[in-house]
Amino acid sequence: MAKWTDFFGGFKLTLRHIGRPTVTNSYPKVKRPKQPRQHGRHVLNRYEDGMEKCIGCELCAGVCPANCINVRGLDNPIDHPVSPGERYGYTYEINYLRCIHCDLCVEACPTQAITESKMFEFSFTNRSDAIYTKRELLVDDQGQPQRLPWEDWRSGESDMTGGWMRATSPSGDASLEGVVQWTGDLGAGIRASEAGQSGEGNDAATGSKQIRNVFSRHLNPEDVPENLRGINLLVTKVQSLIPKRGN
Amino acid sequence: MNSFLASSDPLLNHGVTAVVLLIVAIKVFVGFAVLMASVIVMIWFERKAISDMQSRIGPQKWGPFGLLQTLADGIKLFFKEDLVPTQAERFVFKLAPYLVLIPALITFSIVPLGGTLTIGGHQVMLQVANPPIGILIMLAMSGISVYGVMLAGWSSGSKYPLISSIRASAQMISYEAALGMSIVTVVLVTGSLSTHDIVTSQAHGIWHWNLIRLGIVPFVVFLIAITAELNRPPFDVVEAENELVGGFHTEYSSLRFALFFLAEFMNTITMSAIMVTLFFGGPAGWIPPIAHFKWVFPIIWFVAKTTAFAFSYIWFRAALPRLRYDQLMDLGWKRLIPLSLGWMLIVAGFMVSLSWGLLVAAAVIFSYVVLDRAFRLGEARGKEGSSILPSIGERPLPGYILRRHTNGDNLNG
Repeated sequence: MAKWTDFFGGFKLTLRHIGRPTVTNSYPKVKRPKQPRQHGRHVLNRYEDGMEKCIGCELCAGVCPANCINVRGLDNPIDHPVSPGERYGYTYEINYLRCIHCDLCVEACPTQAITESKMFEFSFTNRSDAIYTKRELLVDDQGQPQRLPWEDWRSGESDMTGGWMRATSPSGDASLEGVVQWTGDLGAGIRASEAGQSGEGNDAATGSKQIRNVFSRHLNPEDVPENLRGINLLVTKVQSLIPKRGN
Repeated sequence: MNSFLASSDPLLNHGVTAVVLLIVAIKVFVGFAVLMASVIVMIWFERKAISDMQSRIGPQKWGPFGLLQTLADGIKLFFKEDLVPTQAERFVFKLAPYLVLIPALITFSIVPLGGTLTIGGHQVMLQVANPPIGILIMLAMSGISVYGVMLAGWSSGSKYPLISSIRASAQMISYEAALGMSIVTVVLVTGSLSTHDIVTSQAHGIWHWNLIRLGIVPFVVFLIAITAELNRPPFDVVEAENELVGGFHTEYSSLRFALFFLAEFMNTITMSAIMVTLFFGGPAGWIPPIAHFKWVFPIIWFVAKTTAFAFSYIWFRAALPRLRYDQLMDLGWKRLIPLSLGWMLIVAGFMVSLSWGLLVAAAVIFSYVVLDRAFRLGEARGKEGSSILPSIGERPLPGYILRRHTNGDNLNG
C-alpha cells in the first residue's frame, strides 16, 4: 500500500545521490582502470633470450572468425635463426578494421606467441594504417609492447598480456590446473599458471578482480561483499597494505 | 506627475534632476547585468546540480568547474546558421523570441534586491523600479510572455510547435487563475500591490513572513502554479522532448533559440525572486551589529533565499516525472483553483472578523465536500458508460471507422 510520504521518495533519493561518488569520469584525461582480462591490441611475444615465439604455423589465421590475420612462415636461416625450431613467422599482419578481439587466436597459439594487451584506444585515418604488421606487433628488446605514436597507452595496460586465458580453466583438463604450460616471456619471466574453478587460482598473479569489489561503492548496501562493509572495509584495506608471505 | 511618482519611489521626491536620471540609468544597467550574470551562473548551477543528482560530473571543460560552459554555448549558438522555415510567418517568427525575452527582463525590475541606500543625499531603493501597480506587472508580463511562446509555435508553420503552442496557452489559462488568487491573499494582508510594501510588511521577523502569516497553502499553490507557468519539469508538456521534438522552439536556431533559452532561465531566476519577495520576506533577515556595510546583508539574504528556490526547481526536475496532459489539467482546474479560491475567501473572512472567518471557512469546507462528490460522480459516470459516447478505452479509432465506412457497413449497427 502506497503511503502519501512516498511522493517524497524521489526527492530523498536525488538528494542522497549528490553525496555519492560519480560513476563517470572526465574521460580522455582520466581513464577508468582496465579490467585484468580486457581484450585489446595484440602483441607478439619473445622468449627470454630474445628469440621470437611465433613459428609461423598459421593456426591463429585458421581459427580467426573475422579472417583478419595473415601469416606466412619461412624456414629459419641456419646462420641467424629468428625462432628456436624449424620455421618462423615471416609475415604477420592483423587488420584491425576486421578484428573483433575474440582472443581465439590467443587460445589457438601453441607457443603463446600471440597474446593481447589491454590497450584498445587507437585510431587510423586510412585503411592501410589499420593493418598492423610484425614490425608493430612484436615486443621490443625489453619485452614491452611498442607504444606507437597514435596509440594512447596508460600505465598497467601492457601488464598481464593474455591475463584472460591465465584466469580461465586450462583447456578442459583438470589435471593441468595450476601447472605452468608455457615458457617464459622476455621481460616478464614465467607467467602465472592457468586457474580453474577449484578456487586455487592466484588472483594476484593473474590480476583477476571480482567486479563486485571494483564497484562496491555503487552497489546497494545488501549487495556489497562482506569484507567491504563498514569496519571490515578498513580491515581489508590495511590487510592489502601488508605484504603477503611467500608471494 | 511628480507626486504620483514620489508616492512609490523616494528617489523622485525632489524633482527629476540629472543626478536622479543618472542613478536610475545606473540602476537599470546594474539590474540588467546582475540578471544576465545570474543566468550564466544559473544554467551552470542547474547542469552541475542535476549531474550530481544523476552521479555524473557535468560541465567541466570551460573555466574553473565548467563555469564558462554557458558562455561557450552562447558563442556556439551565435555562430550557427540562422534559419527561417519557408512555411513560417516571417514577421511573427522573428518577433516571438523578443516577446518572451522582454517580459522576462521587465519582471525582474520590480524585485526588491535589498534595502535602501543613501547616495549623495538621495534615497535609492535597491530595486530597479517600484511602480504602484507592483506585483500586477509580474502577472501582466507572464501573460505577455505566453504570447511569445504561442506565436513562436504558431508561426513556425510546423505541426509539433503548433501542438506545443496550444498546450502552452491552455496550461497558462489553467494555472494563471490559481496563481493570481494566491497572490491576492498576499495583497489582502499587505494592503498594497507594491513589492516594496510587501517586503517591508514582512520585515519584522520570521513570524511576519507571508509563508506563515497566510498558512502554507498559498505558498504551495504559488510554487506549483509558477512551476507550471515557467514550463519547467514536471509541468513541461510544452517542450516535452519525447513527444514534441523540442516544443515551440523546434524550428528555431542560432541566436533566436538562444534568446528562448535565455528567457527561460531568466524567468526561473525571476520567479524564484518573486516567490522570495511574496512569501519569504525578500531581503529581510538577521543583520550583524556592525557600523558599516549594513546594506550588504539584506542582499546576501535575498541571494541566499533565491538560490534555495532555484535549487528547488532543479530538484523538481531531477525527482519528478512529467505529468500527462490530462493530469496537468486535472491538477490545475480540480485541485489548485478550488484550493486557492477557498483559501483566499478564508483569509478575507478572517481579515474582517473572527466570526466571519469561521463562517467562510465552514462554507468553503462544505463546498469542497460538494465539489469532491461532484468529481467522483463525474469520474464514475465516465466509466459506467451512461454517457452517449462510448467509454474512453472503447471508442473506435478513426481507422476503424473508415474501414467500416468503406466496407459499406452501418456505423451504428
